[in-house]
Amino acid sequence: MRSSEIILDDKQEKSWLKYNLRRMRSQQQLLWMSIPFVIFICIFAYGPLWGWLMAFQNYKPGVSFFEQEWVGLDQFKMLFTDPDFLRVIRNTLAMSLICLILGFVGSIGLALLLNELKNVLFKRIVQTVSYLPHFLSWIIVTGIVADVLSTETGIVNVLLTKLHLISEPINFFADPKYFWGIVGFSSLWKEIGWGTIIYLAAMTSINPSLYEAASIDGAGRFRRMFSVTLPGIKSTITILLIINIGNILNAGFEVQYLLGNGLVQDVSETIDIFVLKYGINLGNYSFATAAGIFKSVISLVLIFMANGFAKSIGEERLI
Amino acid sequence: MKVLLRKQTLGDITFSIINGLVMLLVVVATLYPFLNTIAVSFNNGIDTIRGGVYLWPREWTLQNYVSVFKNPHLGQAAFISVARTVIGTIIQLFCTAMLAYVLSRKEYMFNKFVTTLFVITMYFSGGLIPGYMLIKQLGLLNNFWVYIIPGLIGVFNMIVIRTFIQGLSEELIESAKIDGAGDFKIFFRIILPLSKPVLATIALFIAVGQWNSWFDSMLYAAGNRNLTTLQYELMKLLSSATSQGGSVNLDQYKNVTNLVTPVSIRAAITIVTAMPIVLLYPFLQKYFVTGFMIGGVKE
Repeated sequence: MRSSEIILDDKQEKSWLKYNLRRMRSQQQLLWMSIPFVIFICIFAYGPLWGWLMAFQNYKPGVSFFEQEWVGLDQFKMLFTDPDFLRVIRNTLAMSLICLILGFVGSIGLALLLNELKNVLFKRIVQTVSYLPHFLSWIIVTGIVADVLSTETGIVNVLLTKLHLISEPINFFADPKYFWGIVGFSSLWKEIGWGTIIYLAAMTSINPSLYEAASIDGAGRFRRMFSVTLPGIKSTITILLIINIGNILNAGFEVQYLLGNGLVQDVSETIDIFVLKYGINLGNYSFATAAGIFKSVISLVLIFMANGFAKSIGEERLI
Repeated sequence: MKVLLRKQTLGDITFSIINGLVMLLVVVATLYPFLNTIAVSFNNGIDTIRGGVYLWPREWTLQNYVSVFKNPHLGQAAFISVARTVIGTIIQLFCTAMLAYVLSRKEYMFNKFVTTLFVITMYFSGGLIPGYMLIKQLGLLNNFWVYIIPGLIGVFNMIVIRTFIQGLSEELIESAKIDGAGDFKIFFRIILPLSKPVLATIALFIAVGQWNSWFDSMLYAAGNRNLTTLQYELMKLLSSATSQGGSVNLDQYKNVTNLVTPVSIRAAITIVTAMPIVLLYPFLQKYFVTGFMIGGVKE
């Protein structure tokens, strides 16, 4: 039976139900294939949404769901008056923005320079090496960061001391003023190479005659890079920037959790760590759920705004 | 760049030299920490503390690795890591591909509904606490399957595979249907074999994700020491090292030798954990670069 070619005739159209039953029978194998996955997503992705009700309760473990005490918006009120929560929002936004800006500037810069390399072998070596950290877990990367910055044997302290820029080794992980920078550079180190792939792909579609024309007009290589290559990947940059803006509140857990410690927690804790701490570690489920809802809602608003913006400037939309 | 260029000016040459130096700096900055970690992992732990071990071990020893492998927890953790990577990759790849096939069929009557149902989850989720309570209620806490089941479908991966399947010849599927083949048969006999390139790429992404994952281990399986993964064990060592300024609880290693230190043990575990990826990396690189390109296709 060619299921795609069932055509309604007048009599069948009267019986909508009959038609759909026939359609279901004709594609029953597709239905059997998809049913388990629909059940799966309903349980694992939509099921937890029931848990949002906890944010309006004073949830106590061991008491049945319907016998919990309802407290309305109290948890949210507590959340927004909690100085810790305001601090973790600040930290999340600050570190996300630092990583976003460093990542963009770094990847675009590296892609531009890679594009100018004429020696194919050297270019391939640089690319291969710079992609590698992307495939390592944050656990390994933070371990490496800890080694590089260690007070006794870390290469950064050794170099700074030998160059006489500092007299005493710096304990980078004990001073809050270094933490955001450490997070920013760790992310840069891990993702800079991977970030270049898409820009390099975009650069291959730039018309070579543009370079020729610029060259005849007397533009040097630096000038061509700025006036031909960079405008050529502008739309790629825009669309990636928009995608990333939607994720700004999501980008803050692994590094901060792994590198943070008691001495720098004022600047290292993000919303996700806050939720983990109050929810799982302290068992304050309702409060932590309220914080989680806040994050989800803001993220969704950011995504829709970014999406609308993308449409308004004529870029392909994301959703 | 095959551009007809005029004679190189002094500025162009300076640019090339500076560019080359910057690239060299990138390579060194990326590779040095690895090479240093390898050197430290093969160096006598006590000697390392004196400093000055850079790219080559000063006092060679295998003690660090011996301590790592003699630790019964780490052996078990390595086994769990391998098991979740192999089982997780196979099952997730299969499920993701099957859903991708269904959603690539235009005649499938719930196509739009099911696609939306899955795509929404890319942007929206219940959050950590409700998710944790669900896992608890389902009895998946401290259960090996918590590593496999919740991630059964990767929505982004599904879209990539679906895009690939949609690019395959429609006539092939139609003619198979005329010959009486059902969708199951078409999926197993035609779609899966023809999708090998994209499936290899996605398998690689899933496998790297499984191998590197640690948060689920910490959250859902930390109560059962037999279920923790290598990454999680490494994390515990590292976090106790950073928060206490370098002093790791080394009791579990003391029985082997007193020549190992927190720094040298950490280096050895880092290398053991990173090695599978670093060794496979050169062979797989061409796959994930093409994979990224395929993935760049818009929904």
